[in-house]
Amino acid sequence: MSGRNPRGQRPHEQGERRTAGPRSRLRPADTWALAAHGMAGRPVRAMLSALGIALGVATLVAVLGISGSGRAQLIAQIDALGTNMLTVTPGQSLTGGQAVLPTAGPAMIRRIGPVQSAAAIGQVNANVYRNDRIPAVNTDAITVYSAQTNLLQTLQGHLARGQFLNPPTARFPAVVLGASAAAALGVDRADGTIQVWLGDHWFAVVGILEPLPLAPELDRSALVGFSVAHRLLGAYGSPVEIYVRANPVSVAAVAGVLAATADPAAPQNVTITNPANALAARADASVAFQSLFLALGGIALLVGGIGIANVMVISVLERRGEIGLRRALGATRTHIAAQFVAESALLAFGGGAAGAVLGGFATTIYATARHWSAVVPAPTLAAALAAAVAVGVVAGVYPALRAARLSPAEALRTV
Amino acid sequence: MTALELTAATKEHPGSPPVIALRSVTLAIAEGEFAALVGPSGSGKSTLLAIAGTLERPTSGRVRIAGTAVGHLPERELAAVRAYRIGFVFQQFFLMPTMSALDNVASGLLYRGIPAAQRRRAAADALARVGLAHRAEHRPGELSGGEKQRTAIARALVGKPSVILADEPTGSLDTAAGQGILALLTDLNAGGATILVATHNPEIAGAVPRTVRLRDGVIESDSGSTG
Repeated sequence: MSGRNPRGQRPHEQGERRTAGPRSRLRPADTWALAAHGMAGRPVRAMLSALGIALGVATLVAVLGISGSGRAQLIAQIDALGTNMLTVTPGQSLTGGQAVLPTAGPAMIRRIGPVQSAAAIGQVNANVYRNDRIPAVNTDAITVYSAQTNLLQTLQGHLARGQFLNPPTARFPAVVLGASAAAALGVDRADGTIQVWLGDHWFAVVGILEPLPLAPELDRSALVGFSVAHRLLGAYGSPVEIYVRANPVSVAAVAGVLAATADPAAPQNVTITNPANALAARADASVAFQSLFLALGGIALLVGGIGIANVMVISVLERRGEIGLRRALGATRTHIAAQFVAESALLAFGGGAAGAVLGGFATTIYATARHWSAVVPAPTLAAALAAAVAVGVVAGVYPALRAARLSPAEALRTV
Repeated sequence: MTALELTAATKEHPGSPPVIALRSVTLAIAEGEFAALVGPSGSGKSTLLAIAGTLERPTSGRVRIAGTAVGHLPERELAAVRAYRIGFVFQQFFLMPTMSALDNVASGLLYRGIPAAQRRRAAADALARVGLAHRAEHRPGELSGGEKQRTAIARALVGKPSVILADEPTGSLDTAAGQGILALLTDLNAGGATILVATHNPEIAGAVPRTVRLRDGVIESDSGSTG
């Protein structure tokens, strides 16, 4: 009998060869084939255990796909509208009241070099009604503004019907309605035959606007010419908002001098905004909101991983005979562990692939319903699948170690 | 040359008092020999086979397989010994139900890292040797008990191991099928295979050239080496 040396190893006996010759080897392709076989042996169980991963990945892909599609849509919209528009509004005066912009503001602003156009709307103290019988309180929340004739061009807006104010119609009782205002008043023609009751005068509807994403405040407004507003409605024409189009490369420079130009006496009372930035910020805000759903998807993925780990632990218990046999056929502990980790990863990959298809499908349906083009970025899909496989691998480690730890003789005996 | 050699092999299972499954057993099986290990349940047959097959390590003593001492080999090299030197046959067959007979036999070469096509060719030869060439594409569920055990034997011999260790190979079979397996093992032995079979079956014990009788972990009698 041999004793043990201090390192805990038995001393070599004379004449014994140290190695057993060729090594035990399992080809990677065979490892995956074994994993696939393990899954195929119990297809229903495999499908059920991959379901959690599928739902998690579907949630992630759908949330990212839908928000990505919406954002792509919004960005395309913003790009189409141009990001070179600035608005000038009166802010709070030092005394706390509403400041008033000088009437000369728009003309001054047009003199700034990179400014392509500037158009103002002015305050009008009047309300608009479908006819003169409507009670005065029923204003439908429509605001009346006087508008300069280059407003539509400055906004790069479009008319749904009729035409915009031009120098002749600006002097007569003619009105252009915003999209929501026209709908609220029930006006769907703009050929001059329909008149609305505006500040105790009849105004002919000559145009109806499409919605204006960069100036949504005009959607529920009625626009009349500056001169008719002054003559019939007693408006002084002080601007409540000036829309400015600048050369795209000089937007920041223009923004820097706008306040002083619009109101040289009190530039601190002037507020400058870029509506495109506001829209983009809204898009970012909606993406931030998605993180809640992403977290839910992540949790589903995690729970899916726990489900897979559970099923794999049971599988290891059931397949002790197979594990014992494989050890008898020459598998090392590493080979056994690799087989079970591969099986777990394959389960998760299958679930992830199904989930990606499901999520892509959901995105397409949602985007189509909203007339967007569906965008599911390839990196999103790749990341979701990678996350699924990573969860599968982690879930497989514990069952695989249990399988590898089994003593072959015991595994074969207990069947 | 000796295919398998146990020298003073002892196996103790810890406990109070410890259970001694094998007491200083010395046994040599020569190349080309066909030996039967007989004895009542609990006499240590299965333990001896497990130690001979490197599935278990003896508490003390030495084991040599085809001239290689395996006592101190690390686990990974023992796996290689099993992959290249030893073929196992079990009472419960341990066939994969989702694989064809051919693929089950081919898995006998799985852990040698041989390409699949080559494994299947060798498996087809092995299946022919056990008389099951016509059943190659059948799954275990479609095979009779005797055919299943033939498939398992083909899996054990496909790698041309130094020794085939069979633990109760006829234990799950009826008499006729059991006789068929015995005839097959005798044939294989005549073809040069070294076989050690542990069995309760008196028919096998009577038909095999050498009988080693175990009782309480000790060799009670040995009809002697024929090799």
